[in-house]
Amino acid sequence: MKNEKRIYSRLALFLSLIIVVGVGCERDFDFGDDAQFAKFGNNPDIFIDGFSAGLEYLPFAGSKFDAFSVDTDVKYSGEASMRFDVPNAFDPGTSLGFAGAIFPDYGGRDLTGYDALTFWAKASKAETISAIGFGNDFEQSPYRETGSKYLVTKFDLRISTGWTKYIIPIPDPSKLVDETGMFWYAEGPDANGDGYTFWIDELKFEKLGTIAQPQPAIFNGVDGTGVNLVGTERQISGTTQTFNLANGVNETVFAAPAYFDFTSSNTSVASVSEIGIISAIGEGVTEITATLAGVRANGSLELTVGEFSFAPTPPARDAEDVKSIFSDAYANATESNFTPGFGGSTTETTILTINGDNVATYFNNNFTGIIFDNTIDASALTTLHVDVFVQEAGTEVGLQIRDIGANQTIETDVNTGNPIGDDKDFRTTLTGLTPGEWTSFDIPLGGDIASQKDNLGALILVGGPNFTLDNIYFYR
Amino acid sequence: MKKGNQMKLEKLSLLSQRALFLVLVLLGMGCATESTQTVVNFTELTFAEEFDVDGPPNPGKWILEQGRGPNEDGWGNNELQYYRPENATVSNGYLIITAKREQFEGASYTSARMTTKGKFEQQYGRFEARMRLPYGQGMWPAFWMLGADIDTNPWPGAGEIDIMENKGRTPSIISAALHGPPDVCVEPPSTEGPDAYNAYLNCLQNPRDGYFGDDPAFKEYDLVNERVDTEFHVYGVEWGPQYVNFYVDDVLFKQFTPEDEEIDGPWVFDKGPFYMLLNLAVGGNFDGPPNAETVFPQSMLVDYVRVYKYNGLD
Repeated sequence: MKNEKRIYSRLALFLSLIIVVGVGCERDFDFGDDAQFAKFGNNPDIFIDGFSAGLEYLPFAGSKFDAFSVDTDVKYSGEASMRFDVPNAFDPGTSLGFAGAIFPDYGGRDLTGYDALTFWAKASKAETISAIGFGNDFEQSPYRETGSKYLVTKFDLRISTGWTKYIIPIPDPSKLVDETGMFWYAEGPDANGDGYTFWIDELKFEKLGTIAQPQPAIFNGVDGTGVNLVGTERQISGTTQTFNLANGVNETVFAAPAYFDFTSSNTSVASVSEIGIISAIGEGVTEITATLAGVRANGSLELTVGEFSFAPTPPARDAEDVKSIFSDAYANATESNFTPGFGGSTTETTILTINGDNVATYFNNNFTGIIFDNTIDASALTTLHVDVFVQEAGTEVGLQIRDIGANQTIETDVNTGNPIGDDKDFRTTLTGLTPGEWTSFDIPLGGDIASQKDNLGALILVGGPNFTLDNIYFYR
Repeated sequence: MKKGNQMKLEKLSLLSQRALFLVLVLLGMGCATESTQTVVNFTELTFAEEFDVDGPPNPGKWILEQGRGPNEDGWGNNELQYYRPENATVSNGYLIITAKREQFEGASYTSARMTTKGKFEQQYGRFEARMRLPYGQGMWPAFWMLGADIDTNPWPGAGEIDIMENKGRTPSIISAALHGPPDVCVEPPSTEGPDAYNAYLNCLQNPRDGYFGDDPAFKEYDLVNERVDTEFHVYGVEWGPQYVNFYVDDVLFKQFTPEDEEIDGPWVFDKGPFYMLLNLAVGGNFDGPPNAETVFPQSMLVDYVRVYKYNGLD
């Protein structure tokens, strides 16, 4: 399984980290029944010459835990700086091959009086930090149910070898009355697999007074259209805030959906939650728009909600003729993991139950898999059946049927993604899909698995990105 | 009143050489000296435009210029806009000059430029406007003055006082400038004596090449922690014999005198009245053309323009 995670680019890995939550930072908060949360301190300092009061260091699971240190030799000013040693590829100190951490103050701070996170930084070579920002709390804020509710991330921050001041604007300071996520970052080796070192100093929140001309956006500023079935959901993506800084640069940061106020023009068709999840309620058309701190966001979604239709019911078959993975028509031959959490995967998978029928919906899929708990011996079977429903024209889904061999382990070449060792696979693409309809596919167990299909272990799903599956079974 | 930011300014009209030396020392020392000079001295109003009447700008006070300049070359600066009177309007107590991205008469942008030429002209005094400016690469708002003799004494001979110019890509920095001509060495009548003749010889040997175009007497001012596009600021000059003082709000940030090295030619600000101009240019040599991120339409807002009489108390 671990090898699977290395197939994909490191950048995708880190982008996925912003939704990684709760990595073993168990903690108990007991403020008592009469806790007074109204009076949070407003200390702006995070790291000037050392940790500010209350600040903690919590690295990401799988990252290089000792990537961070306090450096008293290299500093922009004062006594010390924060030093980050980004690992080389295959550094044994990190299973996922990157450096990353959050620096929370779970006592909470009132940051409403500031307009930016600022710091001085330099690196041992000119580089690009994949993700850096604040608001990441590992879902451990005692003041909120939503993890990292006000996450802010600057992606791909260019950093040079000379000390330079960087500014990460706060999308809407009025939201940060009890913030715990003071600072976070994630970065991996460069394209050649080389690590490097960067330093950060004078890390603090500031009221600059020159953060101006907000241009918020949802869906990356695009006015788009979409289709959802009644009962399904979709996450509003591409939420950003752009400010013009004193140096004239328009600085864009990812701003968590909770910074926005969303509107659905027809709430009997769809509603939008505080954290930007659209729920399709009834048939019709609605327009989803947003504002941030009273400023209309660029981008919108004209959403058509249609009544759910069900896939054709599979015919009755003798038990020895079918081994089912996911169908209400047949008993499962094995349970499966539908959310394997591949590193770099952006996929959101939901098993929807509508009128007692289960379907698997995939949203924003780049790659994911259905991992069988027990392998399937399909030696006596000939065909894989799957029903696919799509809402957008042009959708195509790559499907790989993987036999994982006698050793019962998925083995993948990290460079090509191809099966190695005793693994074999068969690949096809599900095309010719008609929006709004179910299309049935019957795929012969051919190619490399024609002669090795006694340890089928996984189905890999690539692209789409949005589709719904039902009735996944092997038969003859 | 930010006293720490004020410069000490002496009474230049009474200046002895020694006092000049003192001023230069004080200027060189920045703001450390105790300040006794207020930012403004002149308080007798001679012109007040409060923009209180909605509609087109008052034709009794303003001329709205049109087109791309007398030579159709973007007013000598490769500016990209075509000036149209309808791009300037008064509403809710503000003059609003709007730059638009629209094709018109071969130009890709339109905006407005207005002057008091022939309507209000004055030598010396205090000229100020309270304004909020646009932002973004290619926005070039300005509040400035030209010598009223410009029709017979072509620019830069007529002189130009740029009270405020801003490059849209530097939303916290404005600049002040004086433009004037190069030396013209004229042989003095013999009745003026040897000093005048020596000055003439010196002029012939070292003629100054002027201070105009892309090489004016120029001074930037950084508003530090404030911006020109999110709030109103007062931009002004106090102008008297042998000096022009530039200020923003309560901070006097520059004085030019004929002795300044940057005044690389004759001082042309004691020869007669000047008139005022307000405009919002798009593109041009000052800040370059707009880029994909520049927002259109955008406006500069002017709350008021006020002029006060020179009272000798410089």
